[in-house]
Amino acid sequence: MANVLAVTEQRDGALRKTSREVVWAARQLADAMGGTVDALVMAASGVDAAGAKLGEVGADRVLVAEDASFAKYSPDGYAGTVAGVAKAGGYGAVLVAATAAGKDLAPRIAARLDAPLASDVTGVGIEGGKVAATRPVYAGKAIQQLRVDAPLAVVSLRPNAFAPGSAAKAGAVSKATAVAASRVTVREGKAAEQGRLDVAEASVVVSGGRGLKGPEHFALIEGLAKALGGAVGASRAVVDAGWRPHAEQVGQTGKTVSPQLYVAVGISGAIQHLAGMRTAKVIVAINKDKDAPIFQVADYGIVGDLFEILPRLTEEIAKARAG
Amino acid sequence: MAPRFEGVDFYDVGALLSEEERAVRDTVRGWVDDRLLPVINQHYLEGKFPLQLVPEMAELGFFGANLPEEYGCAGLNNVAYGLIMQELERGDSGVRSFASVQGALVMYPIHAFGTEEQRKRWLPKLAAGEVIGCFGLTEPDYGSNPGGMITTARKTKDGWVLNGAKMWITNGSTAKVAIVWAKTGALDDPSSIRGFIVPTDTPGFGARDQKGKLSLRASDTSELVLQDVKVGEDALLPGSQGLKSPLSCLTQARYGIAWGALGAAMGCYDEALRYAKQRVMFGKPVAAYQLQQLRLADMLSEITKAQLLVLQLGRLKDQGKATPQRVSLAKRNNVDVACEVAREARRLLGANGILIEYTAMRHLANLESVYTYEGTHDMHTLILGEEITGISAFE
Amino acid sequence: MRIAVCIKRVPDTETRVRIAADGVAMDENGVKFIVGPYDEYAVEEALQRRDKAGGGEVVAIALGPDAAQETIRSALAMGADRGVLLKADRIPADALAVAKALAAELRDGGYDLVLFGKMAVDDYHHAVGPMTAELLGLPCVTAVSKLELEGGKGTAEREIEGGMEVVEFALPAVLTAEKGLNTPRYPALKGIMAAKKKPIEVKPAALGETRVAVTALGLPAERKAGRILGEGAEVVPELVRLLRTEAKVL
Repeated sequence: MANVLAVTEQRDGALRKTSREVVWAARQLADAMGGTVDALVMAASGVDAAGAKLGEVGADRVLVAEDASFAKYSPDGYAGTVAGVAKAGGYGAVLVAATAAGKDLAPRIAARLDAPLASDVTGVGIEGGKVAATRPVYAGKAIQQLRVDAPLAVVSLRPNAFAPGSAAKAGAVSKATAVAASRVTVREGKAAEQGRLDVAEASVVVSGGRGLKGPEHFALIEGLAKALGGAVGASRAVVDAGWRPHAEQVGQTGKTVSPQLYVAVGISGAIQHLAGMRTAKVIVAINKDKDAPIFQVADYGIVGDLFEILPRLTEEIAKARAG
Repeated sequence: MAPRFEGVDFYDVGALLSEEERAVRDTVRGWVDDRLLPVINQHYLEGKFPLQLVPEMAELGFFGANLPEEYGCAGLNNVAYGLIMQELERGDSGVRSFASVQGALVMYPIHAFGTEEQRKRWLPKLAAGEVIGCFGLTEPDYGSNPGGMITTARKTKDGWVLNGAKMWITNGSTAKVAIVWAKTGALDDPSSIRGFIVPTDTPGFGARDQKGKLSLRASDTSELVLQDVKVGEDALLPGSQGLKSPLSCLTQARYGIAWGALGAAMGCYDEALRYAKQRVMFGKPVAAYQLQQLRLADMLSEITKAQLLVLQLGRLKDQGKATPQRVSLAKRNNVDVACEVAREARRLLGANGILIEYTAMRHLANLESVYTYEGTHDMHTLILGEEITGISAFE
Repeated sequence: MRIAVCIKRVPDTETRVRIAADGVAMDENGVKFIVGPYDEYAVEEALQRRDKAGGGEVVAIALGPDAAQETIRSALAMGADRGVLLKADRIPADALAVAKALAAELRDGGYDLVLFGKMAVDDYHHAVGPMTAELLGLPCVTAVSKLELEGGKGTAEREIEGGMEVVEFALPAVLTAEKGLNTPRYPALKGIMAAKKKPIEVKPAALGETRVAVTALGLPAERKAGRILGEGAEVVPELVRLLRTEAKVL
């Protein structure tokens, strides 16, 4: 019998979507371990309302640790707080979302708790009483199964790999101790455009490649992404050409994404790009070359002029979502 | 974006290299992918040598790489030197020609035939790319027969005065220094040929690019004119005497070219193979067709043979056993192989093969020059023939 | 300035992965190994910082099998001064165990800066750097894309979803490098020759218990073949219908 601690992530007082995925995964794991789920929220203030929502995805308790320095991700403060809660609680696993912050946080937690880490996993469960995980390696060219031989495991979960269901639990809110001490100072950063979804977290990604012929035409990609409520991604070619920022690059030397829907527009489908998106649930390809390798991995493909197809697709999607 | 070149190595020849040799190959390979290939098409079309890349090439140590460290060179063995040429030519024959001239035809003779003072004065600067050099041997009427040259060097009170014309001189118009070969004695006496270090800003020295080239377009090929060019005694390379001196420089260059041609062949084969696997025709990839597999199999066979040949030649050279005839065999074979591989690769690429986006046709055109220069294919045939039979069939 | 750079010997990213006979590791036959691409940014940064500071020492440290000496020599060829190999026949899947071995080596080194690549391109843990920092009790910033150092203090920029974060810290510190931090130099040919003469100390890795086991390594499931629905914009309604009813992603 052991419990699971699900570490949530918030930004500007609002819990990020990945938090629900983490709590849900914690619920599955706790059920397998015969334990409960505690969701940990670290924030500056005013997120009690989150309690009710996390119960919906399986949190028995919601522990809230508040500190002024927690408005933004604070590596040592968060790590110290999680470690403090974890040491007290009889947990068998600590789960974190493998977001940019989570990838930074999870190892620190593991070191402080002297607990092994399974990172960026796409599956987690219990086998023979131990935490077992599935994770892609070699840029997605192989899948690794791991087993953690320790009473406590820290696991970071790949965003979008754990689609939350519903499991009505109490989600009772209580306080947790915030540890604020920090060895670094996080200053105000430069925010990206409001509402711009990150390609590694969005459940829908629309990516553009050289077929767009120029940076100005990416407005078509942005339009479709907006209609789908998704993020904009880019092939390496257009990032190297300076049309789009590196943050949007999908592929072996960019980000590896596992969205529910990936739309590749004007992208030929080189191996390096495929490595970054081949685990998407559904892949749609739009390309004027019917022999483009992308069609070999796409579930659905349309051959033709993207400059005609994209506007029509954006229109039809908007209709479908409205209707 | 072109994928990074991973080499062609069917017989694991890489395992026969030392760790340093592999590291040298990988540095040049990566530099060619990152720095040369992105700009070569434009330079080739415009007929301009990418001079702006010289400082980087120098910094990495590409020039005179097999000359000693004390002169600012990398001090590599000959296999490593060959690998540099191999990878450079996979980029472009014209750029490899630049390095061959700078290293084997300018730095080498200064090192082999010069005084210590000449070496110290010129070699570090040439290694650093601060001074570009050229090699003046070939003349308008004396190509395959350099012994017949009519450029003269007459002794004066203070030094020498040179008169004559040279043609097909790589780097001629950008060089700051020319190694000029001239007869110090009678015009029918090739044993009087000696080498001179001539700064190109010496009055009477002129260089003019030859226009209208359809091959080696990313390389400067020039005519040199020497009209009463006066140089001091210190311009003479004292160790040079007779035709064998410039020919020994050519042997150095030809050695590098045997490797270089192999590089071009490897690049063409690799490109053709990738294309064949990706390009679909009548519902299956081009690579599924027997005739194309025949092309690819023949290319790979020849490349593999050429790799082993040139590696052994490099090992022999490091033992001091790379005779000119052994080098002739390698140059002749590997360049011929490369010409064929480039042509067959071009054909496999179909219509796309005539576009500059694909490297095959640029290599094909370049290799025609490589076939002809540094001893034409036919000349090397006769060199081998004489060596094997003992009978000269040159005339 | 004394700087340690921790590097890893990894398979080239172009490698086609085949599973070894034991079913838990990659078949290494014919595989080319390189310095991890993110580690190269760390090595380059170390060299630049040493030179900017007017001197010091850059030590390249790797944990791995004997063949990792070649990896260390690449760093020496780029300009690192000496190397240390913590020898281990197999690199454990337990990142914390690796971090402990590295921390043991680094602890008394008197380093002003310890640099890592942000992640290894084989196992993608993103962990050894920050774990090592925790074990050493040092400040740590991961995935640094821009760095400024001045008088014992540093400012790093890192990319986060929704923008850029600026983090300040004091030295000594541990940093992990993101792509774009700098442009790694090619090892100059002279550097390759010089590397042969630079010392590499080989000692057994102080790996304690490893508590993560790889139970299987497999190839990803082949995607089921999809289909091209047709040509042109008139096929779009059909696509939307399928996305909604068949794929159920709308």
